[in-house]
Amino acid sequence: MKTHTREISVALAILALAIVLAFAAPGYFSRENLTDLFLANVPVLIVALGMTLVILIGQIDISVGSIFAICGVAAGLLSKSGLPALVAALGACLAGALLGALNGTLVAYLRIPSIVVTLASMVALRDALRWQTQGAWVQDLPRDFQWFGLSQSAYPLAVAGIAVILSAGLAWILRNLAIGRAIYATGSNKEGARLAGIHTTFVTFSVFAVIGGLTGFSAALNSVRFNQIPTNAGLGLEMKVIAAVVVGGAAITGGRGSVLGTVLGVVLLGAIGPALTFLGVSAYWERAVQGAIILAALVIDAVRTRHGRSLATSHV
Amino acid sequence: MAVPLLQARSITKSYAGVRALKDGSFELLEGEVHALIGENGAGKSTLIKVMTGAIQPDSGSLIVRGHLVEQNDPGISRSMGIAAIYQQPSLFPDLSVAENIALALEGGGVWRKVDWKARNRRAGELLERAGASIQPARLVSTLSMPEQQLVEIAKAIGADAKILIMDEPTASLTDREVDSLFKTIGVFRNQGAGIIYISHRLEEITTIADRITVMRDGETIATRRREEVDKPTLISMMVGREIDSVYPKHESAAGEIALELRHVCNRATGLRDISLSVRCGEILGLAGLVGSGRTQLAETIFGLTPADSGEILLAGVPVKVGSPAQAIKLGIGYVPEDRRHHGVVLEMPIAFNTTLANLKAVSRRGLIDEGQERELAGHYLMQLRIKAPSVYTGTGDLSGGNQQKVALARWLSIHPKVLILDEPTQGVDIGSKSEIHNLMLELAAGGLAIVMISSELPEVLSISDRIAVMHQGKIGGVLSREEATQQKVLSLATY
Repeated sequence: MKTHTREISVALAILALAIVLAFAAPGYFSRENLTDLFLANVPVLIVALGMTLVILIGQIDISVGSIFAICGVAAGLLSKSGLPALVAALGACLAGALLGALNGTLVAYLRIPSIVVTLASMVALRDALRWQTQGAWVQDLPRDFQWFGLSQSAYPLAVAGIAVILSAGLAWILRNLAIGRAIYATGSNKEGARLAGIHTTFVTFSVFAVIGGLTGFSAALNSVRFNQIPTNAGLGLEMKVIAAVVVGGAAITGGRGSVLGTVLGVVLLGAIGPALTFLGVSAYWERAVQGAIILAALVIDAVRTRHGRSLATSHV
Repeated sequence: MAVPLLQARSITKSYAGVRALKDGSFELLEGEVHALIGENGAGKSTLIKVMTGAIQPDSGSLIVRGHLVEQNDPGISRSMGIAAIYQQPSLFPDLSVAENIALALEGGGVWRKVDWKARNRRAGELLERAGASIQPARLVSTLSMPEQQLVEIAKAIGADAKILIMDEPTASLTDREVDSLFKTIGVFRNQGAGIIYISHRLEEITTIADRITVMRDGETIATRRREEVDKPTLISMMVGREIDSVYPKHESAAGEIALELRHVCNRATGLRDISLSVRCGEILGLAGLVGSGRTQLAETIFGLTPADSGEILLAGVPVKVGSPAQAIKLGIGYVPEDRRHHGVVLEMPIAFNTTLANLKAVSRRGLIDEGQERELAGHYLMQLRIKAPSVYTGTGDLSGGNQQKVALARWLSIHPKVLILDEPTQGVDIGSKSEIHNLMLELAAGGLAIVMISSELPEVLSISDRIAVMHQGKIGGVLSREEATQQKVLSLATY
């Protein structure tokens, strides 16, 4: 019932990249570089997990970059007002979930296409933040906010734990819980799912709230790494995240995709950019190469569906 | 005698081994309205599609104005002066009337300059000739259904169509609109065009048609002049056969009333004052023409389009069915007509489809027990004799009959009190068909109340204990098994 073709090919691509780097630029595998790469990409991964759900139900959310910026600022301001770091992080999650729920309400209950809803909220939220803060970064953060009050060495471990728990947890939920089944059914055949008694509108609403919450959490996790929180954070985040999910094998039309695929997609796209620098290729090529990978994934998909349309192979 | 406008000779067409058209022969003369009638599935649409070039016949010949048509496609058909107007007009709703007409008529490259004045003027002229007072600049989405049909007719006039095919043009029109449509048809006929007119409304046909051709089981049975026939004759010509004895008989052991509707109305879907009941262990056949509201009634009972007024009672208790989820909780199952889009999720394996409406049965606090799911799906795989290597086989890989059984398995797994089946044997092979019939009888014998919607009269007559016939959103009448005949059902369905 399960074929892992895409996951395997992305894993092989990562392996090939690693082999090339091992010979051509062993410096890539230095502890500092890998830690940096890892810390920079975990926030992307967390949002990508939410995006996996959104794409699985056949929707899209391009407002995550703006929500990310707002939640980062919210976490910083809450912390500055004297609240403990953990409460500030929770506040960021809540803010994200509320904004996601707003998107969800418009998409699920008012049936406005998600691409326009989230395009509107992307622009509106970004500019509201700019206007509210006048572009000023959040500075003079309390000491205990940095690294979540953990030491600089304990923080990466904590982040690694969080990434593993979130990914494995989501994969488990999708596989074993009734809500996971409802998500796949909604994305595969919305009308069919509704006729089977699934509350497809509620599923849609919840998924948008969840990606909002995850984005908020991701923003909080990211903001503690720096001394100040920029108001223009998360620019272009939506593209990175959607690209990772698609490269990981999710069908943009919904119903097909996996957490493992998304994780591998984030690793491949996150690793390739800096790798180019290490290999002596101009950094300007980074996005072009990423774009080529996305295109390749889509072309493989299109060719495969054209050959196997009548077979309707299952990827649940 | 003049050369006929169009002749079809012994046309045959099979779809995936099923003979849709065995012997379609038809002749259309200049200046005549020639009606084509028959039950659902008699082969009318297939014959029409051959004429418009939408499909290629397997054998037989099509002759237009004395010339044999060697090759046909929609473009060639149009260039021969054949125009078709369907029940649902196929216009572009976001373009203006003039643009819609121009798209059908204007030639030239995509970069040509558009002469808007000439375009609007021409549209205006054509509309006038069609007897329509519609502003060419109006958007099609603002037009009513009859107005849209007039635009289609204007297109046909503009294309200089000599052969006009109208498929159920009056299905959504009021009496007054029908009158004005008939006037337009009269104008067309007087200009020497021929009109092929398809309708289920026999009284209309005996008003407007000059000649009438009856189709049955893929064959054209006979052509008669209007004066030679009356409604009962036409009905018996349409039915014309005894019920096959291949259908199993069964003895009903009806018990308590399982489902009762009292004066149920649904303005949005056109259901009017429906009162009906089904007993436990009974199969109620729901007959009627396509568009008579049978599926709408099923959707109202299942909570997809909740009723505006009236009462629904389950086992004598009034209930409110506001959504499919509520219906499922109450023990109502619905196997929809469009199996591939609504009945099953093709991308999912059999097991997931089986439990989709009833995940609670195989899960505890939302956690799915895979073993239990496999067992439940395996049980129905055996009981319904679904031909698949395992319960994890993709549903999309199964044959139509087996997909239908998966859809059935899903609803049986909720242990329904009432099960509605919409065209349960449409498009399934003969073998699966009789298996599905036997299953229905077994289920009824086990006390389930079944409502079966079917367009196939022999099926309805042999499987049902009682037959409710729908006509234009209302129950035209309810017949017991003993009194029901094809003639009676058809005359209730067509009035």
